[in-house]
Amino acid sequence: MSEFMDIVFNINNLTATIRMAVPIALAAMGGAFSERSGVVNIGLEGMMLTGAFSGVLACQITGSPWLGVLFAIIGGGLVGAIHAVLTVGLKADHVVTGVGINILASGTTTWLMQVIWKRKGTSDLVAGLATWSVPGLRDVPVLGTILGTHSPLVYISFLLIFLGWVLMFKTPLGLRIRMTGEHPEAADTVGINVRAIRYFCVILSGCLAGLGGAYLSLAQLNWFSKDMSAGRGYMALAACIFGGWNPLKGLGASFLFSFTDAIQMRMQTSKLRIATELVQMIPYILTILILAGAVVRSRPPAALGEHYESGQTSK
Amino acid sequence: MYAIRMENITKCFGSVVANDDVSFAASPGEIHCLLGENGAGKSTLMRILFGLYRADSGSIYVNDNPVTISGPRDAISLGIGMVHQHFMLAEQLTVAENIVAGCEPQRRGLLNYEQARRDILEVSERYGLQVDPDATVEDISVGQQQRVEIIKALMRGAEVLILDEPTAVLTPPEVSELFTVMRTLSESGTTIIFITHKLKETMEISNKVTVLRDGKKVGTVNTEDATPESLVEMMVGRSLPVHDDCRMAPKEAIALELKDVSVAGRKGSRARLDGVNLDVRFGEILGIAGVDGNGQLELEEVVCGLRRPSKGKVIMSGQDLTGNDTRRIRDKGVAYIPSDRLRRGMVTSLSLSRNSVLGMHHHAHFNQRGVLQEDIIDEHAEEIIAKYDVRAESVHQPMGSLSGGNQQKMVVGRELTRPHSVVIACQPTRGLDVGAAYYIREQILDSRNKGKAVLLVSAELDEILELSDRIAVIYEGQIVDVRPTGQFTERELGLLMTGERNGV
Repeated sequence: MSEFMDIVFNINNLTATIRMAVPIALAAMGGAFSERSGVVNIGLEGMMLTGAFSGVLACQITGSPWLGVLFAIIGGGLVGAIHAVLTVGLKADHVVTGVGINILASGTTTWLMQVIWKRKGTSDLVAGLATWSVPGLRDVPVLGTILGTHSPLVYISFLLIFLGWVLMFKTPLGLRIRMTGEHPEAADTVGINVRAIRYFCVILSGCLAGLGGAYLSLAQLNWFSKDMSAGRGYMALAACIFGGWNPLKGLGASFLFSFTDAIQMRMQTSKLRIATELVQMIPYILTILILAGAVVRSRPPAALGEHYESGQTSK
Repeated sequence: MYAIRMENITKCFGSVVANDDVSFAASPGEIHCLLGENGAGKSTLMRILFGLYRADSGSIYVNDNPVTISGPRDAISLGIGMVHQHFMLAEQLTVAENIVAGCEPQRRGLLNYEQARRDILEVSERYGLQVDPDATVEDISVGQQQRVEIIKALMRGAEVLILDEPTAVLTPPEVSELFTVMRTLSESGTTIIFITHKLKETMEISNKVTVLRDGKKVGTVNTEDATPESLVEMMVGRSLPVHDDCRMAPKEAIALELKDVSVAGRKGSRARLDGVNLDVRFGEILGIAGVDGNGQLELEEVVCGLRRPSKGKVIMSGQDLTGNDTRRIRDKGVAYIPSDRLRRGMVTSLSLSRNSVLGMHHHAHFNQRGVLQEDIIDEHAEEIIAKYDVRAESVHQPMGSLSGGNQQKMVVGRELTRPHSVVIACQPTRGLDVGAAYYIREQILDSRNKGKAVLLVSAELDEILELSDRIAVIYEGQIVDVRPTGQFTERELGLLMTGERNGV
């Protein structure tokens, strides 16, 4: 039992929690923007994977991890744009399109990886991002261990998530986005361009998921491997919903998921005699349980998943 | 000078001509009624003015200047505002957010909620439109939501305000409040275009009336020169005689009796029905008058077996039917016209034929050894269509493709052709235009004259007064008074309906 307690109440878990929450929280914020505008985005997984891939590729070509990050954002954004064209422009079913995007991203990145690096499981190593230590903070006991030394993307992401929250709830654009997802016809009749708002939000969600992907392939690791997003896009969608379509609460939900992930990883290397496969299931089971509980209470944007055409208003 | 002038507007949807060479003009500060039946083209004309539809031909002038309106944004910038019949409000957002969306006050790039709140309260005070800017829209009443819509239009600088059937969703006190606001607005120079099919309201509030019928303009008259009868004739194209008033002495035998019926509320809240005692005799119409939501729905459900009373008995022709299921109760001779016709009266995706036997599909006539008799069913549907004047192209078209009035005629036809001795008619003319409503009322009177017992539940006081032999007033789940129709004044009924028992 004390072994178990040691595993759960270990300060390193918190450090790992923060490290692992970032990609989920970024994509969750992407999901929040997309869904607040009315477009279901189950394609976050594929956008994240594409980001991870484009980041490594750009880094390999330019030699700069920061340019890698930039191209990860662009790559994710392009996949977001595909989703936007299909769902907003061509009025395809949002869920079907999203699933299609995930399959497309998985297949394309695996194939290109083999073409470019001539290897099956992973890409070559590239120059990853070095970690930062925050002067002052790193020397504080406990807090310094948890927050003091991380990839720069961790700090940038926290800042972005805060700015995303401000954008969504404190600015005119945020209000227009929320209006669009709740009642597109109402938005249209006060002169808000529903289509433009939705394109913007879905592409933005792709950029954010792509940045989350860059974090996986350029900060946590420094290579790309097949399907390396490993369901984090779906977890992000769960965190987005659990967080009530709010970037800050989504970050909180991501912490919860990644905390169980951290424990799970520690349990694998411990002397506890539990099958690894069972232990690895923990975060996913938690995702399901939390969603089952949260979905009952949380209210999605009223027009989520609905298509809207100006001038087609019902009589 | 006219504030708004629309000339020779034509608009087609496919092969349907919604507006056929319609011209319309309103002077500044005038309250102008746009009157017509459902489907006459009133809303289409105003949606063109607001930029939601584009006219196929015709021209629009604002303050005598020709304008092109290609979207609501154009309309808003020309000072035109519209309050839609189905409110354009995001329910989960606050009142203030709904009002300012699209024209947000800003400070350093952020939305300035303080400024928004101040602006809203200022408009709200100037025109007597009370709202709470911080309330969430889903938490406020329909009347308040409408005020939010009006403020929304005014804050965008509307000098011409279009109100699309604004009274359809309001209670009588809310209607008179709205009229007060309309008068205030009109005195301050706002032009109001009021879309309606209700004559009484037209006569009460407007300065001018333009009547549309079948997409064409019938004419424009000054309200003071018009009478309700002349307006009906313009609307319907013929005059509607007063219903034959041959009130008969009801028979002694009681057809339907409710004894001390109660329906418990949710935990902690008051009972939905509280010790209701009622009886309906053969050959009479008992009207249940009351403001919506005072137990009418529960009453309807209990009588038809859709809900079990927590206490009390439902007795039909001397037989205790409490707790029987709906099929058995209906087979005992109940014709049921439900208040929610779309959810309970029909299946919109099924054909007229199939709809014509809903609730009778198990009767031997239509169903032999478990197989539906399509030919007999089609024939049955044809009969209803012919007898009840349903405008339909084929018995195989889906019910949902009919207009509301024709759907209701179909439902009423189905119910009145089944063997029955009791009619439960709930909100039978809600949302219907004058012609269809008139027709349905005729049918209900006809049933009564044939000796059936009718329980009529309606939120429209005029309908209750016109049809009922006796009236029972329901308030908060209790029957507060029952008298023969002639022994109530309208004022007394109004007071009883709002719980003012002492005023009577």
